Amino acid sequence: MHMTPNPADTAGEDARVAAFEARIAAGESIEPKDWMPERYRKQLIRMMSQHAHSEIVGMLPEGNWITRAPSLRRKMSLIAKVQDEGGHGLYIYCGTETLGVDRHELVEQLLNGTAKYSSIFNYPTLSWADMGVIGWLVDGAAIVNQTILAKTSYGPYARAMIRICKEENFHKRQGYEIVATLANGTPAQKAMVQDSVNRWWWPSLMMFGPSDTNSPNSGELLRWKVKRKTNDELRQRFVNLTIPQVQAVGLTVPDPDLRYNAETEDWEFGAIDWDEFTQVIKGNGPCNKERLAARNAAHSEGQWVRDAATAYAAKHARAATEAA
Amino acid sequence: MSDSQWPLWEVFTQGDHGEPFEHAGSVHAADAEGALQNARDVYARRGEAINLWVVPSTAIVASAPGDAGPFFDPGNDKAYRHPQFYKVPKGVKVF
Repeated sequence: MHMTPNPADTAGEDARVAAFEARIAAGESIEPKDWMPERYRKQLIRMMSQHAHSEIVGMLPEGNWITRAPSLRRKMSLIAKVQDEGGHGLYIYCGTETLGVDRHELVEQLLNGTAKYSSIFNYPTLSWADMGVIGWLVDGAAIVNQTILAKTSYGPYARAMIRICKEENFHKRQGYEIVATLANGTPAQKAMVQDSVNRWWWPSLMMFGPSDTNSPNSGELLRWKVKRKTNDELRQRFVNLTIPQVQAVGLTVPDPDLRYNAETEDWEFGAIDWDEFTQVIKGNGPCNKERLAARNAAHSEGQWVRDAATAYAAKHARAATEAA
Repeated sequence: MSDSQWPLWEVFTQGDHGEPFEHAGSVHAADAEGALQNARDVYARRGEAINLWVVPSTAIVASAPGDAGPFFDPGNDKAYRHPQFYKVPKGVKVF
């Protein structure tokens, strides 16, 4: 399909890009039918589909603990949270479809392992405390990221984020309540929650993505206001918000280099193990295979529901035609 | 295995009595009844709506962004469209 553009076309394209960038600079939001550079469309499809997949895969580590929640109250909260994650996935898939891609294609990419999703969900949930720590740290990190994404330049993505942000606060608070309860519990409970924080702290910091010095797409995404803050800025904001919460419940984070800089008012943290991040992204994390297998099993096991709904709709359509 | 052989429906929610319906997003469903149920589950889990509309996405007719200027030309030269154009007797308290 690709042809060598003649100079007149190139000039037309340049003018369109300039007009598009002027709209972005003026703070306008871009809507599905608006002209946009192919690259903007591709980057958004990539980001939004990865985000949607993360919501769906994110249901698995927590779903793992629903049957073992320690009380009915905790079980109800966890079920509601996992249902929300499914809903969040649907909001974002719906937004991604406005860019001209079919949800079916995206789901196929997730199921056959070619799509990426947040590295955090490839870590195992080993104890009940992990349910608290995920709600608190993982959803907390997601809130920091999504609050900024709610101002992204692509209208449907921004609107999906606003919807999601309203629901995430419940997730974070229910998580922090679990953490605070365990931290004030028996020595064994406190040890369990500390162990959980020790395991989830660094992966939570990695959720913001590679460091700015190693994030090739960032410049373009910032210029187009897809991203409004850099990965490192968001990561720092998360650490600054979280450390007082860690201290308030008498826990610690596994970082000997952590220290408060009174001048910048930042909590400075130690070096992130980017090799680990790269390995998990490449598919070599502790649970990559398990997550994909569980997602494929859930999709196959849901086939009869989809078949039944299709058959029901066909039967009713037939009845309506016969009655007419 | 395909799920999106099901048509796409646009979802509109009414937040409260007397409020306008607002576009919320979309769902895939095999028929209108399924679309309403999916829309309820996805867009009204926390009392965000007291009424829902679902419309086949293919039935939506939209204006073209490129036409925005001329199509919506507000006719600012037509001052007589605005209340300030009209004089009222002095001392009369008007709306």
